[in-house]
Amino acid sequence: MTKKIYFELTEIILALYCKVLFTMTEDQQHLQTLTDIKRIMERSSRFISLSGLSGVSAGLCALVGAWLARVWLVAYYERWDSTGVYSDADYADLKFKLIVTALVVMVAAVSGGLFFTWRRARRNNLPIWDVTTRKVLLNLCIPLAAGGAFAAGLLYNHMEAVVAPACLVFYGLALVNASKYTLPELRYLGILEVLLGIANLFLLRKGLYFWAVGFGALHIIYGIAMWLKYERKGSIQ
Amino acid sequence: MNPIGNLNKIFESRIRLGVMSVLMVNNEVNFNDLKQMLEVTDGNLASHLNTLEENGYIKVYKGFIGRKTNTTYAITAAGEKAFKGHLVALEHMIKFTK
Repeated sequence: MTKKIYFELTEIILALYCKVLFTMTEDQQHLQTLTDIKRIMERSSRFISLSGLSGVSAGLCALVGAWLARVWLVAYYERWDSTGVYSDADYADLKFKLIVTALVVMVAAVSGGLFFTWRRARRNNLPIWDVTTRKVLLNLCIPLAAGGAFAAGLLYNHMEAVVAPACLVFYGLALVNASKYTLPELRYLGILEVLLGIANLFLLRKGLYFWAVGFGALHIIYGIAMWLKYERKGSIQ
Repeated sequence: MNPIGNLNKIFESRIRLGVMSVLMVNNEVNFNDLKQMLEVTDGNLASHLNTLEENGYIKVYKGFIGRKTNTTYAITAAGEKAFKGHLVALEHMIKFTK
């Protein structure tokens, strides 16, 4: 029902925009009223301050993280090859380095994301914390927390190879879920992440590359597309 | 038929129209969230909400979160119909005036 009203309002407003330039002020007043209604509906039901630059910065963090992880992995395998024997201590060291890298990347990506979104909200004079923020975060966090617990369980059972696909799938589902309360385009990013995660299941040893594409490249492409669409000077809004 | 006749007097106030717009797309909204979205003062919003309630366009639910009162508002079927009618009337006004 609400979607239909958005659509109808958009249609009316677009169709009458040109006409209004040449007609009387009363018309303008009514059109202004319709525009206001549409704006209030949008603002009150969706968190619209999510910035494309947040996606770009998160993607860059992910790429740096993936590169670092590759460095650790290559070093580990080279050492194994040179000594010829498997070492528990080396493996524990690698695991530690990877987990620390992942945590640092996550904190950097989230802070960068928050910064650009906060900046956009401030520029548009919108509150950063309101009912739409709570809705989007809650709906993002439900699948994300489930995914986090699931991945922790996989690590606990020494099924490391499945961690990357699980992260991608749960993250994608979280985005699909959250997209109802923010930019609708986020849904497509979510679907792509899910598909990538599933593809990764059939190429298990390539987890790091799938991660770099899913969390790095896709975020950057999505972020640039959203920035061009909504934030660049002269774009709509 | 006079198109102006279809414009709903109750929605002449921008604040009342704003409240209806918010409630059209959100199931239940509490007083503070409405106040924040519409950028109005307590007293002003309360009196407009009363008018809407008296006309049967919105329902009021009084609840508690701990000891604090938490009043939420939702649109009624009659309110939805009236709001849609008002939108149609606005649209007609724009289309048929010269």
